[in-house]
Formats: sequence, C-alpha cells, structure tokens
Amino acid sequence: MTLNNSDPITVKFAGLDMNGIFISRSGENAVVKLSSGYNICVPESLCIPREAALPLEKPATVPLTQDANLPLLSIISTGGTIASTVDYRTGAVSSKFTAEDILRNIPELAKIARYHTLQPFQVLSENMNPAMWQELARTIYDEISKGAKGIIVTHGTDTLLYSAAAISFMLDTPVPVIFVGAQRSADRPSSDNAMNAICSAQTGISELGEVVICMHANESDTTCSLHRATRVRKNHTSRRDAFQSIGREPVGSVAYPEGTVVLANDAIRRDEQTLRLSDNLERHCGLIHYYPGMDPAIFDAYKGYKGLVIAGTGLGHVGTDCIPKIADLVGDGTTVIMTSQCLAGGVCDRVYETGRDLLTAGVIEGGTMLPEIALVKLMWVLGNATRREDIRRLMQTNLKGELAFDLWRNI
Amino acid sequence: MEEHIMDYEALGLKAGLEIHQQLNTKEKLFSHSPSFVRDTAEHNGEVSRYLRVATSEMGDVDRAAKEELMNNRLFTYYTYDTTGLVEIDEEPPAPLNPDALSIVLTLAKMFNMTPLPEICTMRKMVVDGSATSGFQRTSLVALNGSILNSCRIETVAVEEEACQRVEGTIFSVDRLGIPLIEITTSPCMKTPDEVHDVAQYIGMTLRSTGRVKRGLGTIRQDVNISIRDGARVEIKGVQELDLIAEVVRREVQRQLSLLAIRDELTARNALVNGEVYDVTAVFAKTKSQVLKKAKVILGTVLHGFAGLVGMEIQPDRRLGSEMSDYAKKCGVGGLFHTDELPAYGVTEEEVRILKETLGAGREDAVIIVAATEQKCRCAMQMIIRRAKMAFEGIPEETRKMLEGGSTAYMRPLPGADRMYPETDILSVPVSEEYWNSIATPELLTVKAERFVSEYGLDPGMAHQMAFSEKLPLFERAVSEGIRPVFAARTILASLKELSRAGISEDNIPDDSVIAVMKTIEAGNAAKEAVLEILTECAKGMSVSDAVSRVAPAFSREELQDLVHTIVSDRVEFIRSRGKAALGPVMGIVMNEVRGRIDGKVVSEVLDDELGRIL
Repeated sequence: MTLNNSDPITVKFAGLDMNGIFISRSGENAVVKLSSGYNICVPESLCIPREAALPLEKPATVPLTQDANLPLLSIISTGGTIASTVDYRTGAVSSKFTAEDILRNIPELAKIARYHTLQPFQVLSENMNPAMWQELARTIYDEISKGAKGIIVTHGTDTLLYSAAAISFMLDTPVPVIFVGAQRSADRPSSDNAMNAICSAQTGISELGEVVICMHANESDTTCSLHRATRVRKNHTSRRDAFQSIGREPVGSVAYPEGTVVLANDAIRRDEQTLRLSDNLERHCGLIHYYPGMDPAIFDAYKGYKGLVIAGTGLGHVGTDCIPKIADLVGDGTTVIMTSQCLAGGVCDRVYETGRDLLTAGVIEGGTMLPEIALVKLMWVLGNATRREDIRRLMQTNLKGELAFDLWRNI
Repeated sequence: MEEHIMDYEALGLKAGLEIHQQLNTKEKLFSHSPSFVRDTAEHNGEVSRYLRVATSEMGDVDRAAKEELMNNRLFTYYTYDTTGLVEIDEEPPAPLNPDALSIVLTLAKMFNMTPLPEICTMRKMVVDGSATSGFQRTSLVALNGSILNSCRIETVAVEEEACQRVEGTIFSVDRLGIPLIEITTSPCMKTPDEVHDVAQYIGMTLRSTGRVKRGLGTIRQDVNISIRDGARVEIKGVQELDLIAEVVRREVQRQLSLLAIRDELTARNALVNGEVYDVTAVFAKTKSQVLKKAKVILGTVLHGFAGLVGMEIQPDRRLGSEMSDYAKKCGVGGLFHTDELPAYGVTEEEVRILKETLGAGREDAVIIVAATEQKCRCAMQMIIRRAKMAFEGIPEETRKMLEGGSTAYMRPLPGADRMYPETDILSVPVSEEYWNSIATPELLTVKAERFVSEYGLDPGMAHQMAFSEKLPLFERAVSEGIRPVFAARTILASLKELSRAGISEDNIPDDSVIAVMKTIEAGNAAKEAVLEILTECAKGMSVSDAVSRVAPAFSREELQDLVHTIVSDRVEFIRSRGKAALGPVMGIVMNEVRGRIDGKVVSEVLDDELGRIL
C-alpha cells in the first residue's frame, strides 16, 4: 500500500513502535512526524499503516468584518508572500491571499484600512516577465479607476525592482503604489513580512502619490524606507535592508510600530499626477555587463535587438575592440544605452578617447540611470517612440526620477 | 517535611532528565562563526526585533508560544565581531556542522542507541526572545539506548544553543548557535538520589569524549517530575549537579502541598467566581509605595481560600507566589493577597475596608494588583485562571529553578505544535559504514581505575587526573615516557600552585610543561625547581632559559668537585661525628645547589665522599 501525506502509521525502528504520520519521501526513506513533533527519516518499509484517527475538526473561525469607515486599499498579489500559515503537521507553508486570511495573519492591518485583494497571477519573482508587468499595470489602473486610495503589490524580492520600475514608466498614478516583499520567509516568527506589510498600508493611506518600494530601512524592526522605484537596487542577497536607494535619499520613511509616514520634500504627492496608462513595451531589449577581455563577438548575439543597455566600466566604457561591433548594432537600428557598473555617479563619455569613440559609434549616454532601470525604461521608450531623435530625447529626459536631470539639452 | 519520612516509591515519584551540554567544536552548529561566549561589554552592534507567531492550518498556535506573545515586546540583540548574519537571522544557515554530529553520534554509541539513517533538522518555536529567528534548530540523531542497566535513553538530538539574556528584553547572540547535545531519558528515576546519580553518570560520559565544553553554564539539566495524582512538571536549567536531588525533593513537596490545598478547597466548598472590582478608591490615601503610584488597583475575591493562598508549598514559595508568577506574564510586578496583609505599607484598616467593599468573609482571600488598567485586567485573568487550577491540583508547567532549589512558573508545557521542518537545511545521511567507524572513548571512571592498576597512582590522584581538564596533557606526557606518578603530581599540584599564585596555567603551553618534565626526568634540573621553572615559563620565558635562570645546569662532575671542597674543609668535624655528620654537611651542600640538581644525586655523591674519609 502506498502511503500518502498525513496517513497515520506506526514506525518500527530501534526496537520501538512509534506512532506518527507519514509526511513525504526523501530518497528511499520516509519522512515521518512523530507525536513529539520531530520529523525522522527511516526506511519506508518500517512504516506500517494504522487505523486512522478521526480527522481533527477545524475550530470555528470568527468571520472578520472590515471597518467600512476606513479608506480602501487594493492588495495585488503576484506570488510574493505577505501572509502565510504553517501546517505544523506536515510542515507545509501556504501563502494567503484573501483579505480575510491576510487580516487574520496580520490583524494590525484591519485598523489602518479596508482591503480588496486580487491575484492576477502567481509566479516566483525570477519568472516574472514584461508581459506580466503589463498585466500588472492594467490591474493597478483598473483598481485605481474603481476608487482604491492606494495599491499594495506583494512581490518576490528578486526582481521586485524591475516590476516596480516598469509600473513607474507605464502608469501616472494619483495614489501611492507600494511594492512590498519579505527577505526572510513568512513562516518564521522573525519574518519581516508583517512589518513591511503594515508600513505599506500606512503608506497606502498617506499623502504619497508615486510608485515606491517599501522594505526595512536597517536590520532592526524600527523603520521602513520608501524607495523611489526608479532609484533603487537590491544590494544584499538576504538582509532585511537589502533594498537601498542609489544616488538619493529614500522618498520617505515609515516608523514602526507607530506608523508615522514622513515624506521627502520632492516626493510626489497624492493627486499631483492624473491617472494615465501607457502600457506598450518593446520586449526585444538586452542588458550586458562588460568585463575585461570580453569577446567582441558577444555583441553579434544582439543583432536584431531593438535596444541594448551596456553596464560599462567607470564613466561608461568598454574595451576599444568592442566599439566597431557596437557601431554595427547602431547602424542596424539597435538603440544602445551606456550606463555604469559603478551604480553611483553618472556616465560621461566625453572625457576619454574610448568614450568619445563610443559616442561617435552612436551610443547614447544613460547619465545617472541604473543599468536595470535603463533597461526597463528602454523597453518602455521603444514601445512608445519610433523616431531615433524621439528615442534619444526620451531616454535622456528625466521621466520618473530615474535621472538626476534632463540630459538632452546638452547634446 | 523531613526527608527520612518520605517514601518516594510509595508516592509514585517518576523523574526523567533532559540534559543539554555544549559541544566543544570550532564553529557553531549552523554557521561558520567561532563557537564561544563573549564578554557582553565587548559587543559592537545591536539590532532590535519583534517576534510574531503564524497560526497553523489547524488554527493552532502553540500554547507556550501564545503566552509568551501576550506582550508584543521589542527585543534587543547584542552582536560581536565574532558573530555573523546567521545569528541575527539575516542569512540562511550553513549546513549542519559535521564535527558536532560526529560527537553526538559518538555519545549515541556510548549510550547503546540506534542512529537514524538520515538526520532531519526541525524548527522548534521559541518566542521568548532567546532565538533571533523565533525558533531553535534541532535534529534528532539516535533513539532508544540505555545506561547503568536501569535507565533508558529515549533520544539524543543535536541542537542550537540559545542567546544569553543580558537583562530584561536584551539578549546577546554570542552564545546563539553553539552546538548542544540534548539527551532525554525515560522517566526511570524513582528517588531524588537516583536523579542525582543518573545525571552524574551522563555528565561523566559526556566528559569522557573530551569534546564537551567545561565550566559553569556549559551543562544544564532539566528535570521532569511527577507523583501519583500529580502532573508532569518540567524544571528547567539546573546548573549544579549538587542541587538536583534537592530540586526533586522540593518539587515533590510542592506537589503534595498543592494536592492538600486541592482537598481542603473541596472540603470548604471554595469558589472562584471570577468577578473583578476596581478598588483604587479604597487605597486613595494609602502609605504603600506600590499602591500609591499605581493608576488602577483591581481586586477579586477567592471564596474559601483564606490561609491557603499564604500557605508555604516549598521553601519561600506559597500558592500566592504561583498566582503572582502567572500575573507577571502581563507585565505587572506582582500581587498582594490578604493572607499576607497588613504589610508592605498596607494598613489593617485598609484591609478591613477592602474586604468589606468586596463582601469578603473570614474564610475568603482577596487578591489585588496595581498597574495600568490594561495590565491589571490581564493580570487578574491570569490570577483567576491559576486560582481555578487549584481545584484540579497541579497544572502541567515548565518551571525555572530559583536559588536554593525552589521553582517558579515559566510557561505551560510546550506541545508538538511548535515543531516544523527547517526548510533551509538539507538532511544528512548517516551510513552504516560511518556509524561502524565511530570509535567510543574509554569512560573516565574506567580510566581512573586503570591509572591505579597500570600506573600506580593512588585512587584519589587517579580520579582527580582522569576528571581533570588536563587529562590530555597527562596522557601525552605518559605516552612520551614521563613517569605517570611524576607527571600526575606535576600537572595537578604544580599547576594548582601556580593558579593559586595568580598565574594562569593557560599561559604555559602543553609543550613547555612536557619539556620541563623531561628536563627534570633527565636529571638536568631538580624536582624542587619545577614550580619556579613553570612560573618563569608562564611569564613568557622559553623552557631552556627558565631552567638556566632558575636552576643553571649543574653536572655530577661539578657537584663532585663542590662536595670534595666542602668535605675537605670539614674533615675534623666529620671524623668526630662519623655517619651523623651526613645531615649537617648535606644541608651545607644543598644550600649551594638546591633546584639545580636532584637531592637524591647530592645524597649519593656526598655518601661516596664521606665513605672516602671515614
């Protein structure tokens, strides 16, 4: 008889008869949860099914009601976990999406707003793609049109900043759009999920009116930072404060647990922008990280691409032997944008000869744009403009805070 | 309650042990940080965190976890230049430390256990702040062994040590993650002395590996105790072995007293109706410091409880102390009960008015708590809960040991609800081949016997040497050909003398001690000089420098010349005294050569020289 998850069994091992439940298989062994709560791995042949106990009745849950006097926020879940429950019998962690489930997990949210929840798709953050960004933009647009006072998007942290940047370019928003995630899994008592979610809700009802990422400001549970979606980077694989604004201070902060939201002077305020969606994207774009000795033939692989962002060295350089290949790409109609691996500071290709050669080859300077942001912007620009001069002008114009200032006047 | 009249077997005493011992590995169990405890004054960073508990599918939150979370507290953690991101839960854990696992498997073999073929790591929820992640990682390693032919070892596990509490909600992460072995016995002990003996035996077995940490706080015994009609109570953190029997005796006393209280309450038709009253006005003009500064004072009547709340149930502990422990979970400082009043600045008149206001009679007890309204309400609920438990007898609890061996309530016994898999750690296979390759060390008790029979050490010294932290040094000295008795005496006596003189023996490398012993055995320095030479070594001098400074080498030839001169000067005296001259002349020679050459050699040379004259 094949054992299934949660089957009651007796394990005959080490001269003992132990009651437990079958959880799963691990190679040739069975994973069994003993009544002590410990899981053990023992050969499956030692597990004997026993009479099933009556299934435990789920305790009646008190239905939750939302306070109709509070502002309405939409929580859009894309697969990141804002709330989860653990099945202590099987160890399975399941994500929760309904407003009721979320409020049951994070009851503090109920005092801040009322919520409408949606899950347009569920993917691991690394599997997100531009088509999903577009769907997400349309979903957010609809929710705002229907009266949401703020939008919270839960998202895995790996590619969170790409999605947030894409929404920034596709959407002019009169209300706060907050991307939030958790660096430490939601099934641990120390997870940053609840605090980040609570701070997001506080931001959702605040005076902010732009797209931000809301995550821990430091390693302590005291403050969340609100990062402008076009000036942020994930700078650590695992720390709670992995997200950091580059080249500027965050546009706001939220004190925890007080919930006080403080906005920077230049943060865009609620209703400053009129709701508008322009959701065209050109997906045929690439991002390449230059390194010493890079084979120039790599650029041939981008033949036919509509756009290519180079993360160059220093002020914005690649090896001289790459320049002819880049000139070929530009000649074939590919828009090539130069950014810097340094992340902090701007590109300037007028200082050294290599830079001047790159400009001659038709490369467009990306200024202070971060490489990933430049890629997302390029997709949006190429989705909305076709004339070379328009593309250049848009890429060098500060549209959503991605550039410190407009560059095109300097041409 | 005298011990000699306690018949523990008749009372149905059952006790089991859970022993936690730190393992002496280089790195921590799930991180590559060095595995040792720091001085908290050396911390170089701090983080602060909240912990929260996700409910399970079943809607269950572990009852112990739930109670800890009644106050949503911000915990502060001290960090060090020797701690990393794993300790502050900012990074996934490293794989299970194989060295720690090998020590635990060695012990499992010594306990005649069966190892699990694959080691799975679990998370045990701990939300009292002592683990930054909110759980302790623990892996069951082996099952079902036995010791002393009488006691079963149910399980051994390898798990992470928790943070040290600095004070209040401040913890230090230096200790977090040090590997521990957890040894759980069956409830096989039937008297307090048996508990002591089993704990001692397990402790000895642990030390026999030479791979466990030593010193205060590196081993902790938890004792599970119940008597017939009683309940299982787990007492945590008994650090001194000598107190363990007393803890058991006092717990038996407590359980018997609580059963007696239960019977008395039933006989009196006692009642807890759970009504709570605001009695702040009663104490409007009180002189009591505690009550004066309180925003709110609440009271409740326990009908039929008079005299029982104040009854001693173990030294310095009353039923009132138990209620107070429960109340403290809500952040109040404690409670007052009428069995102890008037006192603490509360007057007889105030007590009279209090009882009158609440309609409490002579058979009733009144409990009051003073704090903010919210804390008082919470505390009152806990007090009423504990008062109701008195009718049942003994609640199942986790308790902590107080100085002297009495105990206080900590939290309910945790259930299986608090365990779930650690998904960040892969399981570790334990092959039969690996298990068979594990060698078990000689027990220290067996070693001590061997030191007597094989090396001729006297039993006292043999025991001291076997159980000493310097055992490896002794075994090395013997293997390098130093006489065992001389080695044991040097290691035990000389090093003790040094530490008495305020010189740390840690300053003398084992190599130096061996070299000094070899120099003496070769006759190049006298036994009498060993302490002085080691003292110089401790100050940083090399062994050869220390020997030539304290006791410049003195050859037999040089000695013969010296003795010849001294004897020649005293020929008259020697001839007049005959053999009796040996003592005084020996004294003169020794004054010149003490510490530079063995006294035995001096005696031989002198004897020869005198023989020539007489």
